[in-house]
Amino acid sequence: MAAPKTGRRSQGSHGRTWRPLLLILTAIAALTGGMFLSGHTTPRLGIDLAGGTSITLEAKTQPGSENAINSTNMDTAVNIIERRVNGLGVQEAEVQTQGDRHIIVNIPKGTDQKTAREQVGTTARLFFRPVLTYEVNEPPAPSPSPSESGDKDKGSGDKDKGDDASGSPSPSETASDEASPGDDATEQGRALSEGLAQADDSPSPPASSPPAETPQPPAEQAPTGQIPADVQKKLDGLDCSDPEERTKIGENAKPTDTVVACDTDGAYKYALGPAEVEGTDVDDASATYDAQQGSGWIVQLEFSDKGSDKFADVTGKLAAQAPPNNQFAIELDGEVVSAPSVDESITGGRAQISGSFNQESAEELANVLSYGALPLSFEESEVTTVSPALGDQQLEAGLIAGAVGLALVIIYLVAYYRGLALVAVVSLMVSGALTYTIMSLLGPGIGFALNLPAVCGAIVAIGITADSFIVYFERIRDEIREGRTLRPAVERGWPRARRTILVSDFVSFLAAAVLFSVTVGKVQGFAFTLGLTTLLDVVVVFLFTKPVMTILARKRFFADGHPWSGLDPRRLGARPPLRGRPRRVAAAGPVNPKEV
Amino acid sequence: MSRLGSLGARLYRGEAGYDFVGKRFLWYGVSVLITIIAIAGFMIRGLNMGIEFEGGAVFTTPSSQTSVEEAREVAEEVSGHQAIVQELGNDKLRIQVASVETQQADEVRAALAEELGVDQQRINNQLVGPSWGEHIANKAWQGLGIFMVLVVIYLAIAFEWRMAMAALIALIHDLTITVGVYTIVGFEVTPGTVIGLLTILGYSLYDTVVVFDGLKESTKGITKQTAFTYREAANRSLNGTLVRSINTSVVALLPVAGLLFIGGGVLGGGMLNDIALSLFVGLAAGAYSSIFIATPLVVDFKERDPAIQAHNKRVAARRAADARAAARGEKAPARHEDERGGAAADDEDAEPADEPRAPEPAAQGAAGPPRAPGRRQQPVSRQRGRGRPSGSRGGRSGGKRR
Repeated sequence: MAAPKTGRRSQGSHGRTWRPLLLILTAIAALTGGMFLSGHTTPRLGIDLAGGTSITLEAKTQPGSENAINSTNMDTAVNIIERRVNGLGVQEAEVQTQGDRHIIVNIPKGTDQKTAREQVGTTARLFFRPVLTYEVNEPPAPSPSPSESGDKDKGSGDKDKGDDASGSPSPSETASDEASPGDDATEQGRALSEGLAQADDSPSPPASSPPAETPQPPAEQAPTGQIPADVQKKLDGLDCSDPEERTKIGENAKPTDTVVACDTDGAYKYALGPAEVEGTDVDDASATYDAQQGSGWIVQLEFSDKGSDKFADVTGKLAAQAPPNNQFAIELDGEVVSAPSVDESITGGRAQISGSFNQESAEELANVLSYGALPLSFEESEVTTVSPALGDQQLEAGLIAGAVGLALVIIYLVAYYRGLALVAVVSLMVSGALTYTIMSLLGPGIGFALNLPAVCGAIVAIGITADSFIVYFERIRDEIREGRTLRPAVERGWPRARRTILVSDFVSFLAAAVLFSVTVGKVQGFAFTLGLTTLLDVVVVFLFTKPVMTILARKRFFADGHPWSGLDPRRLGARPPLRGRPRRVAAAGPVNPKEV
Repeated sequence: MSRLGSLGARLYRGEAGYDFVGKRFLWYGVSVLITIIAIAGFMIRGLNMGIEFEGGAVFTTPSSQTSVEEAREVAEEVSGHQAIVQELGNDKLRIQVASVETQQADEVRAALAEELGVDQQRINNQLVGPSWGEHIANKAWQGLGIFMVLVVIYLAIAFEWRMAMAALIALIHDLTITVGVYTIVGFEVTPGTVIGLLTILGYSLYDTVVVFDGLKESTKGITKQTAFTYREAANRSLNGTLVRSINTSVVALLPVAGLLFIGGGVLGGGMLNDIALSLFVGLAAGAYSSIFIATPLVVDFKERDPAIQAHNKRVAARRAADARAAARGEKAPARHEDERGGAAADDEDAEPADEPRAPEPAAQGAAGPPRAPGRRQQPVSRQRGRGRPSGSRGGRSGGKRR
């Protein structure tokens, strides 16, 4: 009926109708092609779906260096953590910053998660400090291995070190061969002389023993050198048997301070002078087994040129002191790992740390030291370990939930919209295809990982996407109720439906964007999916659903208002137009009000 | 469907409908009551905050023969803290231990693994620092605040400030009800709950926006005619969008119901369940509030507007005049003309961009503006007058355009 009349005209508009369809189909084809070409045919799964450990670290604000938490330092920290974790042979661990003060470390299943966790949280601030005095701590505590001390973050925040710490283990460019002590008159040099001046009062008979440092078990009560009264008081008040106090004491210490510290098993407590040599002066560290002197596993340090000069200088001075002031405390993250006595100046840029190491802990410490100290201290905010079995199960549950949700929506749509539901379902499929391919490509692209909340977001998005179709369908039906035939109804309903869809999708997108920008971790995954699907919803409605409706409006099944089309004017209670669709609808007219 | 369809048609035409606006105080009362209960519940019982907000460790074990009692003993012995053990489906256990440190958590995990006789790797654990939950909560508040400010600004621009305020009140209402349900039922609040709650923001408004969009359209230029008041127009518009609003809400709720079913039934809790639960409650509240609360509120706000008040008086005067005329036995054909002309004019300035070649007034008028409930008695004559031109004209112009 209407076909011959409008046939010619619709030829011209054909291209306009098909163009968006071609565009979106091309986009899907391109995305799918890209997906297969790049070899990432499935979205990357998050830890909670694939199994593994996820650690959220929060940078702690240090008094006096509130500005230390900035993007440069965070990036440096991410770099160092990444190298440490990968240095252990953990495969595919990923480290990323989230928000302004969080770092998320994801360690996939099948790697040594416990070790990796210890590596991640360790600040690894290493200082060589002269021992001013030490005391036996009264109640001896059980001794954890030295490396475990690293779990607790401490050490002082000193933002200047950030960049140094990120240096690679290769020799630093700034190192020079100058040996003259005058050139080394840095702040450290000055601090050194101060520290030594304090210790100078005690008699200093030089002792002799092997060139390398050897751990010397401290005597019960060392003679007290001249140390500041407030430090002495702090030392007296310190109880090293409490692990918490042990880690707290070193928390806010600056390298240039005179500090008190405990050794790692809490048996001794020390008063220590300002740091003479720092971890940043260490070029490389390795774990070796010392068979010759029977000290077991040791960590060998190799200093940079500058570091070795400093070290030689300092050890020379220390060797001239009387015990205990000839002892050197190797302080790692606020705890004394070992305190060897020095007998002569150590040249050659090598030193070793010995203690109660086993192979594992020695290797861990060496690994941590060779990649440098973190510019910030971190606290574990959240650690989640998911077994691969649970991950599979959660993924499966998510997929089933999605299938159930989708099925419910389809049943409802078919029951209510009949033939139109087909349009909705195909549109949902298009939207799903776009979402899937984009998610797959975003995995390698921006490191997007599909986690459980993201799956949840995608399922919730089924509703949002279908809502847009409902808004449009209802508009079309309203137009039909006004007595219009389908084609004008489809066109006239569109501008208004479009506005409603845009406004409400904008509100949804706004919620997702706000959620994404203020949160970290899992919530971000959810917000991201929600935002992505909302955007795709607009794309699909504009480029797919609308053109498809325009095309379908030409089909007799829909245009004639077949009872199963969902657009039957009689069922919709349309007013019978007296012209335009003469026979069928006019005939239906009288039945209209009673029709049930 | 056909019954629903024809109901939809009657609702659309204003032949059937519920007087949402007229009975608004009933529903305000219901909402105020629910809100009071929610606040009272919050004050008295407080929220049952999950381990994620208090700090501590959660372990989930695989299926085993170990009883709840045994698991609790092991966990408490090793950690030195109280442990809460729940049984999930399939003999799985969920063990929560408050304020546990990293080291201890590993020990507890090892001890549990031994007790259960499984590999340590198979026990899932989640360790949460005490500041983490606070951090999440702070961020959530921050997000809530930012979103509300932005959305009020946006809605004030897209619609008008009265609608923005009504939407905001409806949103707060939805959130209050959701929180209230959580306090009263005692569901545990987890980060998943917070995610769900924040998602309600966008979703609850989706529905409100759908309703407001219809309201805005049908009340545009309301003051240019005197056949019906803003209140009547709003109520009709509400009935007209009722089907759409219910459908969007149902379709939004169905996938969430799927999540809830699977999350609660198959996984026995966890994040899916938490997100879905708060979403479900919030969405249901949102569907209710956008119809029963938001639009009536807009009417209340609007009726404080002097322009609308003056218009109401004009309508009343007009009706009085019509009544007098009717009493004298005269028909008032002028009224028809006036209404139609006015409505058409409104509509045209409403959508100039969408309809470059504005069709004849009757066609336009039929699409949008509401008729007063009183119109019902004389639909036939109106139908004839409009149906004919709009059908043919619309058909042709549609064909031409696309």
